[in-house]
This record gives sequence, C-alpha cells and structure tokens, in this order.
Amino acid sequence: MRSRALWLGGAILAAFAVGILAGAVSLRPSEVWDGLVNPASPSASIVRELRLPRALLAFAVGGSLGVCGGALQAMIRNPLADPYLLGLSGGSGLGAVVAISLGGGGRLSVPLAAFAGAMLAIALVYRLSLVEGRRMDVRVLLLAGVVVGAFAVAVMSAVIALSDSSQLRNAFLWLLGGFGGASWQGLGTFALYATIPLALLFANARALDLLALGEDSAQHLGVELERTKRVVYLSTGLLTAVGVATCGIIGFVGLVVPHAVRRLWGPLHRTLLPITFLVGGAFLVLADALARTVVRPLELPVGVVTALVGVPLFALLLRRTLA
Amino acid sequence: MIITADHLSVRYPGAPRRALDGVSLTLAKGELVAVVGPNGSGKTTLLQALLGVVPHESGTVSINGKPIGGWRRPELARVIGVVTQREEPAFSLRVRESVFLGRYPHLGPIAPPRAQDWAAVERALERADVLRLADRRIDTLSGGEWQRTRVARALAQEPEALVLDEPTAALDVRHEMEVFELIRELVGTGLGAIVVTHHLNLAARYADRMLLLEEGRVAAEGRPDAVLTEAVVARVFDWPVAVIPWSDGSPQVVPLRPAEKRR
Repeated sequence: MRSRALWLGGAILAAFAVGILAGAVSLRPSEVWDGLVNPASPSASIVRELRLPRALLAFAVGGSLGVCGGALQAMIRNPLADPYLLGLSGGSGLGAVVAISLGGGGRLSVPLAAFAGAMLAIALVYRLSLVEGRRMDVRVLLLAGVVVGAFAVAVMSAVIALSDSSQLRNAFLWLLGGFGGASWQGLGTFALYATIPLALLFANARALDLLALGEDSAQHLGVELERTKRVVYLSTGLLTAVGVATCGIIGFVGLVVPHAVRRLWGPLHRTLLPITFLVGGAFLVLADALARTVVRPLELPVGVVTALVGVPLFALLLRRTLA
Repeated sequence: MIITADHLSVRYPGAPRRALDGVSLTLAKGELVAVVGPNGSGKTTLLQALLGVVPHESGTVSINGKPIGGWRRPELARVIGVVTQREEPAFSLRVRESVFLGRYPHLGPIAPPRAQDWAAVERALERADVLRLADRRIDTLSGGEWQRTRVARALAQEPEALVLDEPTAALDVRHEMEVFELIRELVGTGLGAIVVTHHLNLAARYADRMLLLEEGRVAAEGRPDAVLTEAVVARVFDWPVAVIPWSDGSPQVVPLRPAEKRR
C-alpha cells in the first residue's frame, strides 16, 4: 500500500516535470528551474505564465474527468460509462458554443451554458433509453449517449462553421480539446465551478459503493436513492461542462483512469475517487505534454492523444463486458 | 411488534387488479414468518410495500410503531436488513469489504469507520459463517457462499429484523439447508425474520408462522400445519397434492402425478 502511494506521488511529480519541461520553445531544465524560482529570469514568463498554469489546468481537468467517469460507472453499474460516451461532453460543447456565438461568451457564463447543454443531453439520453414498462438496459443507455453526443457535436460543428465569433475560430479546440489558451484566470474559473461538485462526489463515495450493487440493495442499505442520483448527475454534469467550456471536449479520460485505478486500489470509492483524481490529472498532463511535443512546433489536440489511448482500451473492455 | 401491516393494498399504475389486496401481517422479535404462494401471487410486492419501496393504495404499515412513510432510509436500514432476490454487483469486492457496506446506515457518508464498525463486521462474518472467506473476492464465491455473505452484510447493519426474498433460489440441497439453518439460528438469538420462499416443505419445518398468498390475497395464515392443508394448497397452486406429517410434526407437501389423484 505504502509503496503504491510512493509510486503514485512519484508519477505525479514526474508528470508535472514533463509538463513544465515540454513546450514549443526549447528550454533546458536549468532554464525552467530558473524561471520557476527567479521571477526576473528570461524564462520566467514562459514558465510562470504559460507552462505552469497549463500543467495545473490539465491536472485539474484530467482529475475531474476521471472522477466523473468513476462516479458514473458506479451509478450506471457499467465500466463503460464516461462523460464523453454518455453525451454529457457533446451537450456541454454545444451549450458553450451556442452561448459564445450568441454573444454570451463571458468567462463565467460559458460554463453555465455548457452545464445547461449537458443537462439537456443527459435528459434526452435517458428519455431515449427508457422503454415503457421495461427496466433500463445499460447498453441502450450507452448507445443513446453516443448518439446524442454525436448529434450535439454535429450541431456544434455547424454553429462553429457558421459563426463569425473570433472565440470560435479554432474548431479543433472545441472538438478535440486543447490547453493552448490556459491561463491563471482560466484555472481560477475552473476551480470556482469544479470545487463544489468534486466535494459532493467525494462526499457521496460510500453511497456510490452501494449504488454499484444495484438500486434495490442500495436503498435497503440506507441510500436515499433519488437524492443521491440527482447529486451525481448534477455534479458530473457541472464538472464536465466547466471542463469543456475551459478546454473543449476531451474523451476517454473518465473511461480509462477509473478502470486502471480500480484494478490497483480496489472498487471502494472512498479510495477510488481521490486516487482517480490524482491519476487522471497526471494522465492528462502527460497527454498534453505529448500533444505539444510529438509534432513540434505544431500541436496535436489533446483529445487525439487521449483517444489514441482510450479507444483500444474501450474496445478491450467492450469485448470483456459482452463476453 | 417490529413490523405491523394492516389491510395493505397495492395497485401498480395501469394494472387491472390489485397486486396486493388487504393483506395483514405482523412480525415480532424472535419469530420466523414464511411468505409462500404461486408465482405472481404478490410475495415480492408485499415485501416492497412493507419496506416502503412501493407505495400502498390503502391500509397501513408501521415499523416499531411508526408509519413507514415517516422513516428515512438510513434510519430504516438500522432496523431492517434486507436480502433481495438477486444482486449482481458491478465491481468485484472482497467478502469483508462487501459486508462492511452494511455499516453505511451507521456511518453515513463521511465519518471514518470506528473500531465498533469493524467489530460489527467481524461479528457478522462469524455469525453467517463466512469469516474464513473474508479475503476472497465475491466473484469467486459459490451461490451459497454469496447468499451467506449477503446475510452477513445485512447482519452488519445490526438490525432487529431480516427480510429475505427467496434466499435459496438456485441453491442445491446442502446450501439451501445451510441458509435456512442460519436464518433459524439468527431468529433464535432474537432477530425477527420474514422469508419469501417457494420451498413449502422447508418453510413448514423452519417457520413459526406461514402466510399463503393467492392473487394478492391471504389464502391462509397461521402455524404451518394450519396453512398447509391438502385442500388449500391444491387450490392455491392449482395442482393436486398430498400432505404428510414429517417426524417433527411439520406438514410436508408431496405434489401428485395425474395417476395418483385421490378420488
């Protein structure tokens, strides 16, 4: 247990080191260190104003997406759930893009518009997957999520293509995510919106353990079912929304990370959720570092990297779930 | 009385007839009540109405004297432990972790577990005879071991009564006997228990009282030998039977083949 914690701490530090060392401008490690400790050094502005907030934002978003995935997987009782596959991300993106194209692109208002989009999407996904008088089939739910997500992304692309808002010029950013615009201010906005839903999900960790047993058992073990489910949907929706509003749609973090963490630390959510946050954060920092170094000086959208890792794993999980 | 239900009726939305129609039932400490009846006779509905999971149209249910509607879920879970018919956990826990989940109504969402919580878990593991399985993963358990683990989880709730819905479905003879022996033993220590089962003969041997349901109504109730009479069982299950006393005095039902029909 202790050695695993040490490994985890080491991995997070390493991820941050890579995240701060990597970038379009080549800086030697000594220059990066100088920039960190000495505000007057020539590399200070790059390290302090670009790389540090970027790594921290990637960490916070990756951690949040991981926690969303973990919570949704427990509630839906399926290891394939993830904010991206359930349509929450697509809905968020559409909400954000519509708000911006209508001129409501304020720093604090875009996440709220994204949240409205996410809630609309999940409501639609539920509506589609409920067949009158039958128990909800999780596979149908996931299918509905993918369909609603794809539809939202299509409409979103149309809005981006037709809008003349300068905020929407970079379609890649919205469709596949990117931290190119990261700033301390962006990190502040993210923290502002993400803190409460994260705290709520952590506080419901035990209830999630019980929900993973099934709703009947959860209720008989003392879970207030409707209230807990509402909290989980609203929290994961808001987390996804503020993530998408800040850095576009990034898929598969919520799928891959909780799954990996569960294998090492077990499925109890009081451990799973915090560790998923840390591992998800480190994962996205690394993915972002990779995205901006493999084709330097160009940058890949970070969602490309997470999909390259996530899709094969999804395929593997799908085969195992259906087997 | 732990559970008192009086003239309880349930109607599912859109259903032509009531799923439960005027059923009364009581459960006291140290008492085992078996609920039996054909498929679709309302056994599970009765349990769900007793536990406040489905709303009742008329009648009353109270737990320890307080109407079911006034109970919050964690509060109720400290009085009644439930073993549902089926449960397929999404993720594989170890047996001890699984039993620990029974402490939820005592811990709530945030508080860290105290020594008394772990003590209750160990006690529950021991009472349900799964202590030696404590570190096994639940997806490696046999059906009987899994059922005993779920009983242990209900015991970790430290309830006053257990409600079990077909706890021995799909178990072989040894495992179903072990489960019934366990329930009887627990009842001997003062717990109340309601068991829904299809095993008329085991119900007759283990239960203090039986409740026989037929299309949502009570067809017979009372001591097993008063409930399991040839005429009533044959009518309710729509199949001819003979009822023969076993050496302990309990009535044992033998379904007849067509050639054996009496008269």
